[in-house]
Amino acid sequence: MSTGATLALQASGLCKHFGALHVTQDVSLSLQVGARTALIGPNGAGKTTLVNLLTGVIRPDRGQLFLFGEEVTATSAAARTRKGLVRTFQISSLFAQLTVFENIYIAVAQAAGRGFSIWRPAGRQRDLLERTEQLVEQLKLQSDRHQKVSEIAYGRQRLVEIALALALMPRVLLLDEPAAGIPSNELDLLHGAIDTLPREIAVLMIEHDMEMVRRFASDVSVLVGGAMLMSGTPGAVMSHPEVQSVYLGTAGKKRFDGALAHA
Amino acid sequence: MITLPRDSILSRHQWRVGELLWLAAALASYFVFPQYLALGTTVLIMVVLVMSFDLLLGFAGVLSLGHAVFFGLGAYMAGWLSLAGWTEPVSAVIVAGIAAAALAAVIGPFLLRLTGLPLMMVTLALGVLVFEAAHKATTLTGGDDGLAGIQFAAILGVFEWGLGGATAYLYVLAWLCGIFVLVKRVVASPFGVMLQGVRENPARMRLIGNPVLPHLTLAYVISGAVAGVAGALFTQANAFVGLGVVAVDTSIDVLVMLVLGGIGGLHGALIGAPVYMLLKHFSSQWNPFYWMLIIGVLLMAVVLMGRGGLLGTLASWTRRPRKGQA
Repeated sequence: MSTGATLALQASGLCKHFGALHVTQDVSLSLQVGARTALIGPNGAGKTTLVNLLTGVIRPDRGQLFLFGEEVTATSAAARTRKGLVRTFQISSLFAQLTVFENIYIAVAQAAGRGFSIWRPAGRQRDLLERTEQLVEQLKLQSDRHQKVSEIAYGRQRLVEIALALALMPRVLLLDEPAAGIPSNELDLLHGAIDTLPREIAVLMIEHDMEMVRRFASDVSVLVGGAMLMSGTPGAVMSHPEVQSVYLGTAGKKRFDGALAHA
Repeated sequence: MITLPRDSILSRHQWRVGELLWLAAALASYFVFPQYLALGTTVLIMVVLVMSFDLLLGFAGVLSLGHAVFFGLGAYMAGWLSLAGWTEPVSAVIVAGIAAAALAAVIGPFLLRLTGLPLMMVTLALGVLVFEAAHKATTLTGGDDGLAGIQFAAILGVFEWGLGGATAYLYVLAWLCGIFVLVKRVVASPFGVMLQGVRENPARMRLIGNPVLPHLTLAYVISGAVAGVAGALFTQANAFVGLGVVAVDTSIDVLVMLVLGGIGGLHGALIGAPVYMLLKHFSSQWNPFYWMLIIGVLLMAVVLMGRGGLLGTLASWTRRPRKGQA
């Protein structure tokens, strides 16, 4: 727990219980600047709760959180986002009745600090329109640009999620199962978006898909029953017998080894 | 250059043909129906009031059942100013609007933490409390008798308030145009666009870095100010303020007018207020007891057909055959 200033995100001793259910037990986690860390764990391990704790959607019972050395344990979710801590949602959470373009525009305008720009029409603020268009093109959303997000395919909604996150120019990005629901023929777009993220952004990805983890992560942390089981390189973590027994099972291990051999 | 579809919420600053036609029709009514100018003036004031409510409900998604509090404050404020000797009408309207805005700024940060049913109940209770307080505070409000003897000087020092209400009609129409431009600007701005993000998904708004409450509060303040302006115009046009301006019925009427006209496009006020007011006027001449029945049937039709209001309902009827083929 030293040299806090060099860490993008540092959580120490986070605890959270709902009644008798201890969903997060003394979890510590740190992300270096530019980290590519995957968080894995079986269903119900408390992964999404941990993301909610990190982003300030819920408050921890105990523990501390630092963002680039600055304590943000008591900072609101909105303020954490403005400081560069951005997340996507496991289940798409968008502005359902607005179009793809309008959804992204909202995030772009927020990131540009135009929330209280109240007189100049939104449709005439060319810098915001162009930045929005750029994100639409980056995620190949042109064909759905002017469709309501509630009416486009779920996999496309996932890409809009990513676009919203990128619009906010994150310094630390938490991706909560970004690939869930994206059809395999569109996964390349997601990979492309993640691969082209600026190197200095620290990324924490929650993911079930082992190939995705292998492709993306240089570090893997394993969460089981609300507690951190272990952390390490993908290879070390996957070959650890305890991880295999609680999480992968033998089939998963085989699949992972296959992916490694394939690489 | 990026071109946006006409119906995008990012294109709301553009004028629609229907809006201009509506304003032209309102002006034409001055010449065509000189005998109905008093009624017409009330209709225009209701348009302004419903527009303020659309900003709140249609754009910010805040369902308040106490909107008459701002209308009433504006109305009484104009009355008090006149009785205290401040008879310049335009500045009196502005002062009334500022007073209503100030009230909204004070109560907004508390009320707007609530959503849904709790918000409806609290605003309803507030409306009832304010009405009862106004009823009891006879020295301020005149109680059941209202405030009489209200007089305002000539508008801009030139146009005298005539008996037939001709001056009042044009005066209110001018205010309506100004307010319409203002509200149109607000909803077309990035602020207005993000307000619709708050309406759609406040939790997500927080996680793109918007704390939501300041946004809602500013919308509430603007909405309150416009409602206060409508109230002051009501006092000036009638040279009288009665308890009706703070009645809970007024808050409910505003909601009904907006639902009839269509929520969340500013056209709701332009359509809903005239339809409601004119139906009320003419059908109550026909039968003073059953006019609510007509409103009720219309309201049910509109609600059952979706939230597009009367226009949306008509449009869905005319579009139906084509949809069947597709």
